[in-house]
Amino acid sequence: MAKPVTTAPIAATAPAPPTSPDAGWAPAGRQLRRVLERREIAIFLVAVVLFVYFSTTTSAFATVDNMVTMTQFMAPIAAIGAAEAVILTTGEVDLSSGTAFIFFPFVVYFLWANAGVPLVAAILVALACAAVFGLLNGVLTTMFGLPSFVTTLATFSALYGVMLVTSNSVQETFSLTGTGGNVLGGYSWSEILWALGCVAFIFYLLHLSRFGSHVVAAGGNLLGAAEAGVPVQRVKIWSFMMISVISAFIGIIDAARITTLDPGNDGTQEMFYAIAAAIIGGTAMTGGRGTIIGSLIGALVLGILYDGLDIKGVNASYFQLVLGVAILAAMIANVQLRRAAMRRWRSIRR
Amino acid sequence: MSSTEAGATAAPSAPLSTADVILDVQHVSKAFGAIVALADVSLQLRRGEVLGLVGDNGAGKSTLAKIICGFHQPDSGKILLEGKEIQLHSVQDARRHGIDTVYQDLALVPQLPVYANLYLGRESTVGGPLHLLARSKMRRVAREYLRSIKVNLPNVDADVETLSGGQRQAVAVARATRSQVKVLLLDEPLAAMGARESSLIIDLIKDLASRGQSMIVVDHNYTHLFELCDRLAVLQDGVITFDKLISETSLQEMTDYMVSEYRNQLGTGRTERVNGANGP
Repeated sequence: MAKPVTTAPIAATAPAPPTSPDAGWAPAGRQLRRVLERREIAIFLVAVVLFVYFSTTTSAFATVDNMVTMTQFMAPIAAIGAAEAVILTTGEVDLSSGTAFIFFPFVVYFLWANAGVPLVAAILVALACAAVFGLLNGVLTTMFGLPSFVTTLATFSALYGVMLVTSNSVQETFSLTGTGGNVLGGYSWSEILWALGCVAFIFYLLHLSRFGSHVVAAGGNLLGAAEAGVPVQRVKIWSFMMISVISAFIGIIDAARITTLDPGNDGTQEMFYAIAAAIIGGTAMTGGRGTIIGSLIGALVLGILYDGLDIKGVNASYFQLVLGVAILAAMIANVQLRRAAMRRWRSIRR
Repeated sequence: MSSTEAGATAAPSAPLSTADVILDVQHVSKAFGAIVALADVSLQLRRGEVLGLVGDNGAGKSTLAKIICGFHQPDSGKILLEGKEIQLHSVQDARRHGIDTVYQDLALVPQLPVYANLYLGRESTVGGPLHLLARSKMRRVAREYLRSIKVNLPNVDADVETLSGGQRQAVAVARATRSQVKVLLLDEPLAAMGARESSLIIDLIKDLASRGQSMIVVDHNYTHLFELCDRLAVLQDGVITFDKLISETSLQEMTDYMVSEYRNQLGTGRTERVNGANGP
């Protein structure tokens, strides 16, 4: 192949940008500002302030017993919240995650207590069913081009219906004994440890793996990502399967701890708190931007608030009010921080 | 047809030996319903050449570009790459054959850093089935590649949304050329860009040309193309009416030609066509 090897000089008109490729490294002051502009840091500072406030104003807050209570409350929010952060990053939302959290423990129970299937096998079958449920969400959303808000609103209702019918709306006792019971939910810290395991796995998915890069691409520029060869449909379907399995799994752990299965709960509270944790942590509703560390800290903030207000004897209804204010404050802070970051980048570019 | 008469006066340059031609478009036509977008277009791109394709809105230049990049399929005619006829059923097909396009919308992900955009859809991974992103390798290769094509960016870690329009265009061009493409198609690379931004892209295209990259640059503004191209072709009403080496023509001749074409069309009662150029 005959290529002309004329190394033409760069045109004299070249307005070479004043910066070299690596000149973005800023001095210490700027570095600090960059750290503060990270949403995770900002929300972490909020968590610290809240923690210090409740610790100093009530003696019952910073105790081991209370930490157990608090982590048990925040564990499902942390696990499902991280999964919602991924879904939101693809530009979708899953409203059925809370119902998966409530329903699939019933599947385990039916298989184990009624059909005599060994516990581990029952759990695996339930998780496989959860994966199929997520597949349904993903396929309906991508193949039929439905908004996931609609798809998952429908599957949320349908799955809850299945649960009411199959359980005859009767509460069941899900009492596990022995090592299995301890590992799953009997030990005080079991649930938060399992939840942190889920969060670590999702962190790997979104921030370390190739899949995560495709998740951001699908949510950031769907058409462009597809033109560049990213399998955007498949990425969304896998994400929906992941959140269903995670929700089902942490639901089983939660049920093993509480030892009661209650068909009266449709899981909407868990779902909304999880989405709130993701958003407070800095994940964008518009897609293309998500942080798992942020969603974990978001769940921590919700846990501290819920538990702290409870201990201070504040009416639980206030928690809802505070949650509303917190979501708004987090969103406003996000927008402002991003603007500040963009201004800084523009000034570097010049 | 007035344009064919004009085409005869501005005859294409001397015939080429087939070895020089990398892309050969032969008698391609394309109609969308009753609208004939391309009547009978033959166009050759020589190896290492930068060809400017000029035409008004609606002249058929984006249709031709989309046929070459596999987005549309022609009704008749054929496309030869390095002397062999190729069938392009999709953009992926064209990419496999080594024909890549930088679309006007650039297809970048604003929230991903520069290096991730350069590797989008073809990421380097380590850790086997874990598919861990090989970030340090991608960063290093991206930095080296951008430096080698003389694109200066503040930082390969910068998210694309923090870049200027010209820098984004440069990233998109760099992505298309990173994997050794035979033919690079640039769709209006200078659209909506300021003078400084434009010169950034012009320098990049010139640099690629100096390495022997064969390119087709589509634009409606031929003054830009005089600075960039080795050859200019004008597409009007679905046919090539002008095809000359830059060295054999001048901005003045080109302007005179375009003006006389416009007058011809007025003179032959095709006013509505001209005025209705923005219509269907």
